[in-house]
Parts: sequence; structure tokens; C-alpha cells
Amino acid sequence: MSTATNSAQYVGAPKLSSDEIPFNPKVRQQKSISDWIVDIVIWVILAAVVFAVIYPLWFVIIASFSNQAAVSAGEVTVIPKGVSLYGYQTMFSDARIWNGYKNTIIYTVLGTALNMVVTMPAAFALSRAEFKPRRIIMFLFTFTMFFSGGMIPSYLLMKQLGLLNSMWVFIVPGAVSVWNLIIARSFFETSIPEDLHDAAQIDGLSFFGYFLRIVLPLSSAIIAVIGLYYFVGHWNDYFNGLLYITKQNKLPLQNVLQQILLANQTNQMGTDTAMTGLAAQQFADQIKYGVIIVATLPLLVIYPFLQKYFDKGVMIGAVKG
Amino acid sequence: MSVNNSAAASKPRKAKKEVASGVPTTFTGKVAFHFSRYWQHWLMVLPAMCFVALFAYVPMYGIQLAFREFNPKLGLTGGKFVGFKYFQQFFNDPQFAQILVNTFRISLWTLVMGFFAPIILALLINQIGSRKIKGFVQTITYMPHFISTVVLVSMLNIFLTPDTGLIGRFLGDQSLLGVASAFTPLYWISEIWQHCGWNSIIYLAALSSVDTSLYEAAKMDGAGRLQLIRHIDIPTILPTCVILLVLNMGHVLGVGFEKVYLMQNTLNSTASEVISTYTYKMGLISFQFSYSTAIGLFNTVINFFFLVLANFLSKKVSDTSIF
Repeated sequence: MSTATNSAQYVGAPKLSSDEIPFNPKVRQQKSISDWIVDIVIWVILAAVVFAVIYPLWFVIIASFSNQAAVSAGEVTVIPKGVSLYGYQTMFSDARIWNGYKNTIIYTVLGTALNMVVTMPAAFALSRAEFKPRRIIMFLFTFTMFFSGGMIPSYLLMKQLGLLNSMWVFIVPGAVSVWNLIIARSFFETSIPEDLHDAAQIDGLSFFGYFLRIVLPLSSAIIAVIGLYYFVGHWNDYFNGLLYITKQNKLPLQNVLQQILLANQTNQMGTDTAMTGLAAQQFADQIKYGVIIVATLPLLVIYPFLQKYFDKGVMIGAVKG
Repeated sequence: MSVNNSAAASKPRKAKKEVASGVPTTFTGKVAFHFSRYWQHWLMVLPAMCFVALFAYVPMYGIQLAFREFNPKLGLTGGKFVGFKYFQQFFNDPQFAQILVNTFRISLWTLVMGFFAPIILALLINQIGSRKIKGFVQTITYMPHFISTVVLVSMLNIFLTPDTGLIGRFLGDQSLLGVASAFTPLYWISEIWQHCGWNSIIYLAALSSVDTSLYEAAKMDGAGRLQLIRHIDIPTILPTCVILLVLNMGHVLGVGFEKVYLMQNTLNSTASEVISTYTYKMGLISFQFSYSTAIGLFNTVINFFFLVLANFLSKKVSDTSIF
């Protein structure tokens, strides 16, 4: 029925265009006035969006290098003014920042390594159609995305396992992100040709060997994307530190940042107690700008390198949802 | 019976193969065969399964704490059974209505705005002809996604500082973060600022699959730019939109704890106390473990209900569903 109507429509229309108006893609049609207006509106909106996104970030950068009186007076708009490194100097003399940085690097590196070692093989095994139990296993995994025990049962579990105030609480409990596992699985399902498996079997490779020697080398895009997701997740993790850590020397960077940036303890950061009101506020602000830059720097550094993989990686995840 | 039938029916074709691979017929034999053949698969999945079992399913088992009086000596599951006592306590809590309304207000605004913004952005970016400019716009708009919540909220704080802040200097003597009625807009606008670009990727991916001959054909028929968007682009991304909407519905009451918690202060708490922050305060600040677990369970169940509802509706309306 539907095919009949489709073909009926099909017979009339294209014949006209293909016979009487030869189609030539190089000849552009004239833009109408309304199209010009639409074009302009689109460009204006996009320019505004780009500006709205980039300017706050740019402002933090220039403000961190500028003289704070000038920043407060609103004189710093496009480039730094009255260059001052006071914020960075004060910040780097604060032991909390260094310690937080060190902790976060340890948690992030170990955590991401464990994530990859656990997630990638599981995702691959679950992508294999011949592995029948995968449906039920996938269901058990996916279910945890929508239903969880909640804050207190998790807290009591960590307590029982002795993970409170331990560095392992940042590494072990989040070993698998089901969302990332689904993305990786979709990649393996769609991007690794089945012929390779047959060829590997003929060559006598075991399943492990096939995964390690053939599949992984072909999966650099998904490894980069998933690795980045995990890395960013660990780097930006604030929740675990808030819930499970009470010792200052175990706190990761984000929790230290919270203490410095949001607790508004202007005096703690080495600002002279004699300075009050506006001056103290200005210096505190400069430190804050500096702290933001330093805390976000590692992500900004790896960003350009991984950027080419984003579209690929997210698209793969998107297909299967 | 049916098994026998099908086996008999396919015997001539399959007999050879079965003999070759030696599939046993008894149950234990089948299990042994399965593991002898797939032990490597199992070994690869097993670590992930153990982690999920321990850190997701054990806490789920601990949910029964919501129905028990917490007893530190007896642990998670040993306390006296008290039924729905803690749920009633929550429903009778003087803050209950306020918290529920706050949670719905913040999450619905974020859900609706956060749903449309990336779609619009993707449709706009898709209109850019030049590949370079397109890439540039994407690079810029993805960036804020990687900023941590702590940094984002600090930026809000600094920018909104009265007199000296980038935005605050135009807004009088009080920071917007101290105004209860400004909390929800601040929340969803900053949410869009941070994630809109990133969330548009998925739509851009869908849009890149459009057959360009469709555009040419439509132009032949005299369609303008807006009509191309309306009749080609939007129908293309519609299924993706529906799936994402369903997924988001599963978080209707799941307002991100971190951001709300970090944006909270005593001045805006009438508008900013939500279920997750209340759970935290009851549980880990005032140590009412059972009560807190009950509130958390209430939250999870409502979320789950909305997810199932949204999934059911989308199945009916558009034949798209996530399970």
C-alpha cells in the first residue's frame, strides 16, 4: 500500500525535473531576500552565543593577570591591565592547593586506569552477539542508571568497607560508569567488522588475543573519548570528597577549591588582616581568578588534542542511546 | 515439546554442525559447554559485574533501612522494622511542600530549557556552510562542559558580586545569589551556558546524516531556508529528541546535588532546598540515617515512575523507546 503510493508520486515529479530542467549542482539558485534575512539573523545569533560562551572564560584569564583595582573598577575588558601576579604568588604559597593538586592527580590517574581496565573488556565482551547472557547482564547494568540505593546506604557501605578517609574511595567505587560502558559497547558493535573475528579465529587467536591485538589497536577513538570522560569525571569530582573525606590532607582539588573559592574566608589566604573591605575583597578575588585558571588548566591543555574525537565518540554513543 | 519440534524440523540442515561442535543435550552439559566456550567472555565481564554488584546492588539491598530503625550495632539491615514511619515523617515535615515544589520548579525549568536550547543551537550550527567556522563554533561551545561545578559556581559568585563583579556591578547592592526568586533562573541559565554546546553534538550527528539531495529537491520546489529547517532538519532529529526527552524525564526529581548545594546560602534557601540537599543534610549532617534513606528512596521511586511514564508515552506517540 505505502509502496504503491510512493512509487505513484515518484513517477511524476522526478521525471519533470530530470528531463526538462537538467540538474546542475554547480549552478546556485539565487538567494531570495527572505533567505538573506534568515542568514543574517542566524549569524547574529551564533555570534552572540559564541561571545556569551567565550567572554566569561576570557575574562577570568585576563582578570587573573590584572591589577585588581582595575578589575574591580571595570577597566579590564579585553586585555589585562596593570599586570600583577599577586594572585598566583599567594596561591602557590598555600599548601592546601599543592596537596589538593597532588591528591587529585593520584586519584585521577589511578582511577582512570582502573576505569579503562574494567570497562573496555566488559564492553567488548558484551558487544559480542554470540555471548548470549549479555542481554540480562546489560539489563542489570542499565538498571543501576535509573535506580540506586541512595546516599546513606552507600555511605554505610563505604564505612563498612573501611573506605572513609581513604584514597581508594575515589578510585574503586566508580570503577564502572554504565553510561561509558554503553558507549564503548556501541562502538565495538558498529565499528569492528565481523570478518576480523573470523580471520582471527582462523589464525588461531584466542578471544583475549583477538581483543588485545586486533580490536584495541583499532579503537583509539573510543579509548580517547571514554578515557577523557573518566578523566574529567575524576578531575572534577567534588561529591566523593564531600561525603567520604573529613581529613584535610586527603581532600582532592575540587574540595580545596570549594574551601578557597566559596567559603569566603578572605583572611585565610594570606591577605593582610589590616586590609579590610574593598581592598581585601579585591585581593581575594584575584586569588580566586588564579585558582580557577590553575584548576582548569590541565583540562584546557588536553582539550585540543582530544577534540577531534568528540564528534566521533559522542555520535557512536548517540546511535544506540 | 516445541524444542523437540524445531530440532526435528531443522535436523537435516543443522545435524552436521551440531555434531561438529558437539553441543551436549543435558542441562549441566550445556552449562559446562557454555563456560568451556565462553569463559574468556565471562572473565572480561566479571570485574565490571563485581564492581556493579558491590557498589550499586549492595546499597540497593540497604534501601530496607528506610523501613527500619537504624541501629549502629546491628548495621544496615538489623534494626527494628517500622514500616512507613519515616515516609510519614517526611510527608509531615513542615518543609515537605516547599522542598517538593523547589525540586519540581528547578528541574522542570532545567528540563524544558535544557531540552530546547541544544536543539536550536544544533539547527543554527548546521546552517553554517563553512566547515572551518562550524568547527570553531563547536570548539568554543563545547568548552564550558569540562569546567567543574565548583569552578562554575565560583564564577557565578565572583561575577555577581555587587559593585565589583562583571555582572553584579550593574545589578545594585545585592548579589543575585542572595535573592530567592533569582535562584531558579540562575540555575538553568548557567546550566545551559555550560552544557548546551555539548548536548548539541548528538543532534548535529543526526543532522549530518541528512541526504543532501533532499535539500536540492526542496530548493527546486522553491523552499526557503526556514522551510528547509522546518520540513527536513526538524523531522530528521525528532526521534533523537524523543529519546533524550525520555532519558531526561528519568531525572525530573534528580536535580544535580552538587550544583544546588554549592549555590545554596541562607538567603536563598527558601527557593533552593531540594530533595537531594535535604537528604544530605538529614543524613550526613544530622545523622538521621533511616529518615534520610526514606527521603532518598521517595526521590528515586518518583524518578523511576516518570521515566517509565515518559517511555510509555513516547512508545505510544512515536514508536521510540529506550526499553
